[in-house]
Amino acid sequence: MPMQRRGAAVEIAGLRREYLSGQGSIVAIDHVDLRVAPGEFLCIVGPSGCGKSTLLRILAGLDRQTAGTITVDAAGWAVENAMVFQDSGLFPWMSVETNVRFGLDTRGVPRKEADLRVEAALKLVGLTRFRNHYPHQLSGGMRQRSAIARAFVTDPGMLLMDEPFAALDAQNRVILQGELVRLWEQTGKTVIYITHSIEEALLMGDRTVIMTAHPGRIKQIINVPFPHPRDLLQLSASPEFGKLKLDIWRVLEEEVNRARAEMEK
Amino acid sequence: MSPKTQERLLYLISPIGLIALWQLLLMAGIGDRRFVPAPSDIAWRYWQMVLSGELEKNTLVTLWRVLAGFFLGSVPGIAVGLLMAMFRPVRIFFDPLIASLFPIPKIALMPLLLLAFGFGDASKIALVVTAVFFPVVVNTYVGAANIERIYWDVAKNYGASQSVIFRRIVFFGALPMIFAGLRIALAVSFIVLVAAEFVATKAGLGYLIWNSWELLQVDVMFVGIVTVGVLGLIATVILAEIERKVIPWKTE
Repeated sequence: MPMQRRGAAVEIAGLRREYLSGQGSIVAIDHVDLRVAPGEFLCIVGPSGCGKSTLLRILAGLDRQTAGTITVDAAGWAVENAMVFQDSGLFPWMSVETNVRFGLDTRGVPRKEADLRVEAALKLVGLTRFRNHYPHQLSGGMRQRSAIARAFVTDPGMLLMDEPFAALDAQNRVILQGELVRLWEQTGKTVIYITHSIEEALLMGDRTVIMTAHPGRIKQIINVPFPHPRDLLQLSASPEFGKLKLDIWRVLEEEVNRARAEMEK
Repeated sequence: MSPKTQERLLYLISPIGLIALWQLLLMAGIGDRRFVPAPSDIAWRYWQMVLSGELEKNTLVTLWRVLAGFFLGSVPGIAVGLLMAMFRPVRIFFDPLIASLFPIPKIALMPLLLLAFGFGDASKIALVVTAVFFPVVVNTYVGAANIERIYWDVAKNYGASQSVIFRRIVFFGALPMIFAGLRIALAVSFIVLVAAEFVATKAGLGYLIWNSWELLQVDVMFVGIVTVGVLGLIATVILAEIERKVIPWKTE
């Protein structure tokens, strides 16, 4: 049964980001063309230095491209995008609840409405009991849940996630991946998810973009054929999944070797 | 005896031992008690001065000058430090002023401040202000400028205005360093004030110390010195307690 999809649509055309440094200029990303459908879960994979974080930062408005255009159709969404960072980026001086409320405060959401939304967001990630805790009192997994709640509560057209589970232990990572996919299936937001784990990308996303390094370019876009809703554990154990993973590893192996040879040069 | 108790005892041994040695030497007739009073002489004088109200009067004068100067110097110090971290032009404007004025021994400004503010409390408070401002502004700036980039990114991505960034991010992010600056400033304010009270005033602990030197009342001099030390200790403990309350996220 096809699911109803909503969320912002994104069109990226000819995107290029160049940094000036002492030894001239470094091209972080080049020739990036990408179309993200409303409500799509798109994963971007690539080796370190492939510019995937740069791409996300430009989408988040934290960096500016040197050339190219980004068109976001987020009509009907109060907030265009919300980012979830790798090490949570929770403000240590705010309680969990105050952190989650932050994006509502900055946008002047009335107190009553904000209360309800924060309540719902905390419940969504199972942190209602920890609302008055400070981030340093939480485990890494709980901190990332808080960061996800902080993003969801603003009801953004698209979620930008920069390796949000990379710093977690394996067990917590599996749990949070499942929770995120469930949240996404319920809300249908557009998600752009950066990871360096192919397995993670294939498990969660509708499509996986594979990038190459120096300069960062799109090498290949893979349609992930597994239908939603997904049971991630079951999926990861299936032979079809193993086959797909192997195919992609073959593609990537070549790329990683090329990058390594370049580094050693 | 637990290691903790042992440590506490060790902590007390050196000051108590020193005082005991001092007392014993003088009681044994080594040293002239007119010039070097024994701890017991100082304690007795201390009590006399408490009873007469002389100590209380001078302590209150000094305390008022320190607190007023500390407050009037640290509040603008914090504000300027935060603004310097947020706005480049502010930083460029204040940098040379701080670089040139910070190293001047503030006590050297005393004659100038006497000219400007007269012989009353105002000139002493103004001196404390000048001494407090610089360590606070520098620490605040360093604290605010070194806030991790991710917090700026989050604030920006979540739509925070400059005023929200100022009040909710930069201020709190800098708070641990602000307190480090306040601790230094507190000690410095006692140092400069007591020195300032040596001249051009008829009240305060500094006056008490200097006046007793002129009258060769060495025991009174010690009473003044000890009182300054005790005040500094109490003020530092109170400041640490406030810090613990306003920075609950600081990990022990």
